[in-house]
Amino acid sequence: MKLLVVEDDRETAAYLAKGLGESGYAVDQASDGREGLFLATGGGYDAIILDRMLPGIDGLSLLGALRAADIRTPALILSALGSVDDRVKGLRAGGDDYLVKPFAFSELLARIEALLRRGQTPTATTRLHVSDLEMDLLTRSVKRGGRSIELLPREFQLLECLMRNAGHVVTRTMLLETVWDYHFDPQTNVIDVHVSRLRQKIDKGFDRPLLHTVRGAGYSLRAPDSVLLQPE
Amino acid sequence: MIGKGALLAPYLPIVTIAERLRLAVPRDRPVAQMRSAAQRVWKTHAFRLAALYFAVFVLSVLGVLFFVYWTSADFVERQTEATLDAEINGLAEQYAQGGLSALIQIVAARSQGNPGDSMIYLVTTQDGRPLAGNLTNWPAGAAVTPGPLSFTIQTQAKGQAATHPARGMLIVIPDGYRLLVGRDISDAARFRDRVKMALIWSGLLALVAGLAGGALMSRNMLRRVEQVNRTAERVVAGNLSDRVPLRGTGDEFDQLAGNLNGMLDQIERLMTGMREVTDNVAHDLKTPLARLRARLELALLGGADPAAQNAAIRAAIDEADRMLATFNALLSIAEVEAGAGRERAEPLALDEIVRNAAELYEPLAEERGFALHFDSEARVMIRGDRNLLSQAVANLIDNALKYGDGRAGRRGDIRLSVHDGRGRAVLEVADHGPGIPESERETVFNRFARLEPSRSTPGNGLGLSLVRAVARLHGGAVELLDNDPGLKVRLEFPIAVGAT
Repeated sequence: MKLLVVEDDRETAAYLAKGLGESGYAVDQASDGREGLFLATGGGYDAIILDRMLPGIDGLSLLGALRAADIRTPALILSALGSVDDRVKGLRAGGDDYLVKPFAFSELLARIEALLRRGQTPTATTRLHVSDLEMDLLTRSVKRGGRSIELLPREFQLLECLMRNAGHVVTRTMLLETVWDYHFDPQTNVIDVHVSRLRQKIDKGFDRPLLHTVRGAGYSLRAPDSVLLQPE
Repeated sequence: MIGKGALLAPYLPIVTIAERLRLAVPRDRPVAQMRSAAQRVWKTHAFRLAALYFAVFVLSVLGVLFFVYWTSADFVERQTEATLDAEINGLAEQYAQGGLSALIQIVAARSQGNPGDSMIYLVTTQDGRPLAGNLTNWPAGAAVTPGPLSFTIQTQAKGQAATHPARGMLIVIPDGYRLLVGRDISDAARFRDRVKMALIWSGLLALVAGLAGGALMSRNMLRRVEQVNRTAERVVAGNLSDRVPLRGTGDEFDQLAGNLNGMLDQIERLMTGMREVTDNVAHDLKTPLARLRARLELALLGGADPAAQNAAIRAAIDEADRMLATFNALLSIAEVEAGAGRERAEPLALDEIVRNAAELYEPLAEERGFALHFDSEARVMIRGDRNLLSQAVANLIDNALKYGDGRAGRRGDIRLSVHDGRGRAVLEVADHGPGIPESERETVFNRFARLEPSRSTPGNGLGLSLVRAVARLHGGAVELLDNDPGLKVRLEFPIAVGAT
């Protein structure tokens, strides 16, 4: 997996390159908008991490130019501008995800992985599987080992999000954004209790748990015996 | 993260006001600067206005005086002519009836008459020899052609010889005899001179009064402008509590001063708030920074034990995250207060927003032993930003969970409700916690305000500040009430009209 990091702050860029490199990605760097646009147009990247405020061409214009040229490489915008307005602007310009600085590296990693997978899982799918856990998106029913599990609507959405990202880390922020459409951090960690309720329903009575807490990052739903997936 | 510009922004208005008011501020008064001082006085609006009024005043006074002079002089002249005409007519009648001898007779008789009436008569022969009249000889310098003429006569009054001006008419009677009828006009001239003097004096008086009045008026105006300027200068110099003195007359200057004072009040309030925030930021961030530093130091000392080192680093990251969360909260409050999100306003179901938030918090509340109830009678629509309103509701539930006591039976009830209260959308969050004493109900909205001084309860003390900012952004208000026991937070918003 090859990533392009367009970031003018040298320290942040180095930190990103190091972290992403250690997580198994090949990383190219550009320190201004022009260079970033040049490299991104050259193609061959699986995702782009883009700072908003850049010398030369700013991040949003760069993205606009890329999308205008019909280059659909998934892009994650990194920005210190964190209001909902800024977020909306970023996504309208063609960004696929928006992360506000400062951020936890685990959050960035989880989001990049989700971005990379977005192209792979067909959205038209009607059934999701993780090990012996099955979800039918049409009848909105969930079964594990043939046994039916009753879920509240939110729990269903929570599980769907985890199943779509099976094998990968999903952060609390990602869950809040996807399931509740909340773009702020509640002061108290409300997600944990929801997840533990869900865990009660899908893991209780089974020998091998599917839903795991990833310390300092979030949660991951994965088949027993499998390890947390890392990019190849 | 708070830009320097943002912190400095409230200072800007004072500076610009001062720049504008500085126009007429006399800064340096040494003698060498007299010329520029004069120029500056000329530049002042008050002075120019006074000068203009003075010029108009002088012109109109001069006009009035000249008119009075001209009409009175004209009147005297006409009177003289009318008298002369009447005399001549009378004499002509006598002559027509009795010839030359009758004329001489009547002239002689009239010449004897009242010396005070200042009439002059003289009948002479062809060569100027007097036959009758009150002149001893033909007046020197008088023409001998028929018609009106001016001349002078010598008089002897109280032993003093005097020359008087006179006006008259010369008529040549058939046979070459001459008749001169005239009038001593020295009285008229004296009257005219008096009028002239009176007018000149009253003109001068008016000029002096006008000058003095103008000076007084402009000085008065300038002084009041000066007061404003001096106050503005002192405010710029740092004395924010200074105010422009009011006279209580309610005139334009009082209104101006009142408005400026209102502006200064507002600025002072903002500055005080800002200072409080800065102090609180400094205080609330110093503690976690100190902890962060200590943890990192410990991690460094831990050395050999990687587990301990990891734990210390993790704790340090958590600490940093909490500080970042505080900064983010501060920033969003600032953004909301600055009106961010107003343009994103859309029709929203308030009950739906509260239901979602309640649903998000319900498992947590239950885990902590609270019972979270939500009552909503009907759909209540408002216009607003979903995300901000959700955050406000989340903060309120969070507070209720934090300060209420979940394990104490009925005290663990948290009640949320949304209803239409006489045309206003009303949202209430009520708990049975310790509540907030009445005296503290205003201050808890301040940033970093927390009731207990030890600040031992987790939380950044920004929750209610954001709630109020969000309420105000939506044209609403927030109120803290007694829930007897506990706290009831009541938010009111304008109901969206026509939205379904």
